[in-house]
Amino acid sequence: MSVGDPEIVVSAAAAGPGTLDTAPETAAAKIQGRSPWKLAFERLRRDRAAVLCAVVIVLIVLMAIFAPVFQAITGHPPNQQYFDTGLTLDGQPKAPNSTFWLGTDDLGRDVLVRIAYGARVSLIVGVVATFLTVTIGTVVGLAAGYFGKIVDTVLARLIDVMLSIPFLLFAISLTSIYQAGLKVVIFVLAIFSWSSVARIVRGQVLSIREREYVEAARAMGAGSWRIMIIDILPNVIAPIIVYTTLLIPVSIVGEATLSFLGVGVQPPTADWGQMIADAQGNYHAWWFLVFPSLALLATTLAFNIFGDGVRDAFDPRSDRMFN
Amino acid sequence: MLRFLIRRFLLGLLVLWLVSMGVFFMFFKLHSSGPDAVASRICGKQCSAQQLNAVKDRLNLNAPLANQYWYFLFGYPGKDDPSASVPRNKGVVPFGDHEDFFHAPDLGYSYINSQSVNEILKDAFPVTLSLSIGAAVLWLFLGLSSGILSAIRPRSLMDRFFTFLALFFYSMPTFVLGLMLLLLLFYEFTIHGITFFPAQGYVPFTQDPYQWARHLLLPWFTLAAVTAAAYTRLTRGSMLDVMGEDYIRTARAKGLAERRVVFRHGLRAALTPIVTQFGIDVGTLLGGAIITETVFGLPGLGFQAIRAVNANDLPIIIGVVIIATTAIVIANLLVDVFYAVLDPRVRLN
Repeated sequence: MSVGDPEIVVSAAAAGPGTLDTAPETAAAKIQGRSPWKLAFERLRRDRAAVLCAVVIVLIVLMAIFAPVFQAITGHPPNQQYFDTGLTLDGQPKAPNSTFWLGTDDLGRDVLVRIAYGARVSLIVGVVATFLTVTIGTVVGLAAGYFGKIVDTVLARLIDVMLSIPFLLFAISLTSIYQAGLKVVIFVLAIFSWSSVARIVRGQVLSIREREYVEAARAMGAGSWRIMIIDILPNVIAPIIVYTTLLIPVSIVGEATLSFLGVGVQPPTADWGQMIADAQGNYHAWWFLVFPSLALLATTLAFNIFGDGVRDAFDPRSDRMFN
Repeated sequence: MLRFLIRRFLLGLLVLWLVSMGVFFMFFKLHSSGPDAVASRICGKQCSAQQLNAVKDRLNLNAPLANQYWYFLFGYPGKDDPSASVPRNKGVVPFGDHEDFFHAPDLGYSYINSQSVNEILKDAFPVTLSLSIGAAVLWLFLGLSSGILSAIRPRSLMDRFFTFLALFFYSMPTFVLGLMLLLLLFYEFTIHGITFFPAQGYVPFTQDPYQWARHLLLPWFTLAAVTAAAYTRLTRGSMLDVMGEDYIRTARAKGLAERRVVFRHGLRAALTPIVTQFGIDVGTLLGGAIITETVFGLPGLGFQAIRAVNANDLPIIIGVVIIATTAIVIANLLVDVFYAVLDPRVRLN
């Protein structure tokens, strides 16, 4: 692994179960270098809640990828309105039945198929917006922490300013200007979230900058960018990864919120936030509100528990947010 | 200390100025059709270019950008002359008329219904304030009590229960919780004959305190539940740190009652990070709890903002953004002051 020096694990207990019973020479043979990544992965694998949530996340991803399969099985395209079979005689949504497993919405569309397609939007936004956020935040944080002086002053102030901006208010204003859509939502989420990443990275870089190996690299004539990318970045990657996993559900909720408010993904694209918004007031058709809500809640809950497990795996001493 | 405060204050002003510029240019520069779209909406479908221009003129949209920004900051020169500015609705007394007494920046008039923005925001603010204060009291109570209970018996069943609850509500999108509550407590209760919870709306406190509270109960709970989760964890972590300190052992050793140890010695020291978070959260909220207000139909600042955004009503959007940012800046300043008073290390910097 490229990150840090391999850590030598000498403790017999840490080498795995059963080693205590084996002869000393075999125990000695089992002593092996394990990278911090491997250690973190081992810890994560032992965390049952995190593993369970990883499974849930995989299932949601599969649902998104295989959304057309849901369409094929039910025979209902996501935007197809079934005025005859999907609505009652007085034009109300139909409760879950053998044709529409999770019922229909107010336009006679299949809720199940729309939830499956909605997962695509949520996951795409969750992953892409988070990736952009983390990239911008890391670059700004690295630059501010490493260069210091005037660069740091300006960037740190910029981070302060960004943190005191009412996010949702700006987000809805921006999305309304730019003819709301998937790209705009991703852009807006990234623009308003990078500052918290930058603050964390900056703090880490400030302390790493003074380490001997950075000094050594500089003494050998390495340039600023080389030091930042080769020497410093790998050492801040762990908190970045932890923050990334916890940022994905935040982005997903952000997208759903914008779509719920009508300034996110536009109809007729199937989207959880928008489905929930459509269900507002249709309380007699509870399925129409409850199922998309459950899908959204399950996704954020799974990502949060998993992210907490990742945090614990990378830094066992840290106080877990949730355990 | 004074230098520190002055610096923070100046930074706050800078933030406000940047934000006002940001919103202003966002709507006028980035969005070429913004003001045009507004003008043509007001003008109607069969609008000649001349009429459109007249409307834009009336809304000051034809003035140079710098002038518009100037009017926006310091008021329109002819604003006390009704004929020079946007016609006002009858019966509405714009804030700007009281300039002799009150020199607040005039936020102008709504593009859509010509109402004074100051007036609109003045009406909306009490709604947001009622919502914020009630929710804040509730989430502070929920978050602190569950956090303390978790911390005094870490890893106990109760701790795990509160932890799960906190995680659950932390992951819960506000609008999902709000709508679920409406589905259960409004719809299901109402069709079963219990009509205690209203679906939507707001009754001013001065009009009927009981109805005021009744209408705000679900919004308070919604906002409090999703916010309290973070406080549970914050309180727990902070309390666990403090309860491991030597002076807590000393307090116990001299025979103090556990209750006194926990509240007088433990909680007091653990409060600092919580107060910080509280200040920031309340500051953010005072700018409008957009989602809660939308779900429960409360005509607060957030509700006005989303309505204005959908109608391209720039003056209202700018007004809400300014109030929201001011609230955050003031809250940050208060938190800094609080911190500086409490922590001598901050004062030295």
